[in-house]
Amino acid sequence: MNGMRLRGLIRKEFLQIVRDPSAIAIAVALPIFLLLLFGYGVSLNARRVPLALVAPYSPQAQELLGGFDRSPYFVPHRYATMAAAKSALGRRRVDGIVWLRSDFGRRMLAQGNAGIGVFVNGVDANNAGLLEAYIRGVWLGWLSRQAQDQGSTLSVPVTVEQRIWFNAALRSRNYLVPGLIAIIMTLIGALLTAQVVSREWERGTMEALMATPVSMGDILLSKLIPYFVLGMAGMALSVVMAVWLFAVPLRGSLLVLFSASGLFMLVALGMGLLISTVAKNQFISATIAIVATFLPAFILSGFIFDLNSMPVPIRLLTHIVAARYFVAILQTVFGAGDVWPVVLANAAALCAMAAFFLGLTWRLSRKRLD
Amino acid sequence: MATAALVFKDVEKRFAAGGGRITEALKGLSVEMAAGVITGLLGPDGAGKTTLMRLAAGLLLPDRGQIAVFGHDALSGTRAIPDSIGYMPQRFGLYEDLTVRENLELYADLQGLAPDARSARYDELLAMTALGPFGTRRAGALSGGMKQKLGLACALLRTPRLLLLDEPTVGVDPISRRELWIIIERLAQDGVTVLLSTAYLDEAERCHDLVMLNEGRLLGQANPASFRAPLVGRSFLVRVADGGRRQLQKQLAYRTGVIDAQLQASEVRVILSEGAAPRPEPGETWEPAEPRVEDAFVALLQGSRVQAKREAATIGPGSEPVRLPPGVMIMARDLRRSFGAFEAVKGISFDVSTGEVFGLLGANGAGKTTAFRMLCGLLLPTSGKLSVAGVDMYHAGAAARQRIGYVSQRFVLYGNLSVAQNLQFFAGVYGLGRAALEARLRWAEEEFDLGPYRTVNAGALSVGYKQRLALACALLHDPQILFLDEPTSGVDPLARREFWARINALAHDGVTVMVTTHFMEEAEYCDRLVLMSQGEVLAAGTPPEIRRLAQAPDRPDPTMEDAFIALIAEHEQSIRRAS
Repeated sequence: MNGMRLRGLIRKEFLQIVRDPSAIAIAVALPIFLLLLFGYGVSLNARRVPLALVAPYSPQAQELLGGFDRSPYFVPHRYATMAAAKSALGRRRVDGIVWLRSDFGRRMLAQGNAGIGVFVNGVDANNAGLLEAYIRGVWLGWLSRQAQDQGSTLSVPVTVEQRIWFNAALRSRNYLVPGLIAIIMTLIGALLTAQVVSREWERGTMEALMATPVSMGDILLSKLIPYFVLGMAGMALSVVMAVWLFAVPLRGSLLVLFSASGLFMLVALGMGLLISTVAKNQFISATIAIVATFLPAFILSGFIFDLNSMPVPIRLLTHIVAARYFVAILQTVFGAGDVWPVVLANAAALCAMAAFFLGLTWRLSRKRLD
Repeated sequence: MATAALVFKDVEKRFAAGGGRITEALKGLSVEMAAGVITGLLGPDGAGKTTLMRLAAGLLLPDRGQIAVFGHDALSGTRAIPDSIGYMPQRFGLYEDLTVRENLELYADLQGLAPDARSARYDELLAMTALGPFGTRRAGALSGGMKQKLGLACALLRTPRLLLLDEPTVGVDPISRRELWIIIERLAQDGVTVLLSTAYLDEAERCHDLVMLNEGRLLGQANPASFRAPLVGRSFLVRVADGGRRQLQKQLAYRTGVIDAQLQASEVRVILSEGAAPRPEPGETWEPAEPRVEDAFVALLQGSRVQAKREAATIGPGSEPVRLPPGVMIMARDLRRSFGAFEAVKGISFDVSTGEVFGLLGANGAGKTTAFRMLCGLLLPTSGKLSVAGVDMYHAGAAARQRIGYVSQRFVLYGNLSVAQNLQFFAGVYGLGRAALEARLRWAEEEFDLGPYRTVNAGALSVGYKQRLALACALLHDPQILFLDEPTSGVDPLARREFWARINALAHDGVTVMVTTHFMEEAEYCDRLVLMSQGEVLAAGTPPEIRRLAQAPDRPDPTMEDAFIALIAEHEQSIRRAS
């Protein structure tokens, strides 16, 4: 290892990043786009769901339907007949139907109770479940107000007092945005790095580099250091946007957050370098990087899909996805704080993976062309 | 003799060629190269030239044998070698996003050049390569010749004891080539040992020592004079009174005792086999010629490869040319093309007649490729008139393309399709019917000797065979015009001969051929040519007419290369005067 050579290589690497539009796109534009998309656009909460209301006129019915109008979760549409509402559901104009029978008002007056019909479109199972719960919420709220008005309490035998910890408002943004940091760092660490080494092979610059006294260690380090810095910058940007723009609470310490991120960055870089050392072709290494690092980080890391609800073989598979450990740390540090058992166990896994990938890259990189 | 700079002792190197096959690049090669001289490494494609260079640079390890650089065993002390070796690979690794100076700085860092020595060395190298004014230009925006010079400068930052140059002049125009050679010769004067491989055999004349490889073995080693010596009395220039040099060449090629017959200016250069006597026929004048390295090269290789001559047999000697209605195949009038503010082609005009071989020459960046792409219908002119095969290219480019065959600089083949699959694909693209397809595929396989390689992937073929396949693909639909864009760049002299024999045969059959090339001797094969510089046509005419333009008192008989350099230098000067 030699200071002058390493400095020269690192400076070259930075110049290339700054001048290469595709590197800027992957390192800066794509993370911002993903953050905005997930911060503002994608939400796993149902909001402003179009809902069909079928109800004959009665004061009680009007009051109940007013509840739906006021709810932020629904955009109610009135339909005169059940048939019209069903056809609207079939055409996906609405996602659910609330149906009050023609004798709804009368029965409420007479018995103080009446059933309502609720139909939800089950094609999107997740949404259907949420919708049903929201409708139930409006219904129960209305019932208890009715009971209050009549001076009695609602005669439900047991009431459930719900408390949701760590994310009381159940904002999906609060766990999506931290998880996104893992995705962004995978992009920079693995996808970008996989391409920059194979680009040297493809353009013949590797052959010229090797003909100089530079060592393979210099070459590897000159790739590790700039992209480590770039990845950490991407991570810092994500944290800033998460906390200031999306108001995601950060309950743990920055120290733990940055240490764990640095560790994950090493894993991602190790994977990226390994891929391009083996592939030596930009197109192939980019494809491998997407399939082997980016997609698993998206799907199998617990970022969006809960790991525990996966079938056993797939759940076992997630153990070799580095992003899984990092997402666990991220979601804990952001949502709950420095929960040491979670942080340490996952960090240990990341350590092992970093050592494995970097070590293997080191073993496979020789200063030879064959 | 001092210690040899480079010693190979019984070196073997094998590569896995994919599909379980193994290529032997070097088969027990033993050779010594002296210190302080320029050694030229010659050999046909696949002879093992690049492998030898890479082994010497320590980038490959031999499977067997010993390599010593200045007396040090290369295998034990690999780390020490790069300090004394400068190596410039065929595609030098310039970072295109970095400026000229940044590239120099990077390689200065990598070679451990002391910081206080740098600025003087940069100035020296930039002056030597005439790249001074381009210090802040990105390497990607340099012309091919300038890139090569920058690559050389990077390899020279710390004056190496041994400089390895792998085909440094491929794709470089004659002017840049001459400049590169001045640099190389100056280095040798300063005591640097230079080993360079080249496909331009006129360059071999300038080396002190020549090493010739063939199929991984040493075919010979000698200085150019002794290399040529066996050819004394065997090289001749033949002329006939009534022109017809192409016809003459064909007849001579089939004469007994003739190894090689090539067009040279308005004559035909003939090489006789050992012991054969010249047998002039009536009307022919045979004049003994000074043998060239190329003659010796061909004579040596013909011993091991007899094939090259057989090719021209497809039309046979002396058959009458097909008479096509005389007419203009390509007509260009004041053709212009701009890219933004930059005008790449500034109003060129010419006509190409049916059955003509027409050359487009010019330095790197002269606008040849742009002009060529317009002619093929790949690029729309900004203004001007252009008709190809009687079709107006503005309106019916697609119709014209059906009559055009195109072989691009890098043969466009699908590397992981077999030879037969490539042929079938291109036949399909040109919309050949089933019966026609069968017939043409059979024709292609016979005509180009591709039969034995039917199932081999195109990517695994040697350069010579790739070129054959590319040409076969371009000819499947029986085009009236064939466009060849530097078709012989990086192809060895023998394959080049074969190639031109074919082109001549095609022209004989009435196909119009349009070609760009950097090989000045190939310009002689053209019936007519235009010389371009900075987007304009400098000169047009037959090769003798062009050569005559460069006649001067001190240069009564200029070669095509002299003419090229003189005309372009003159033009550039007049531009400078004007501005």
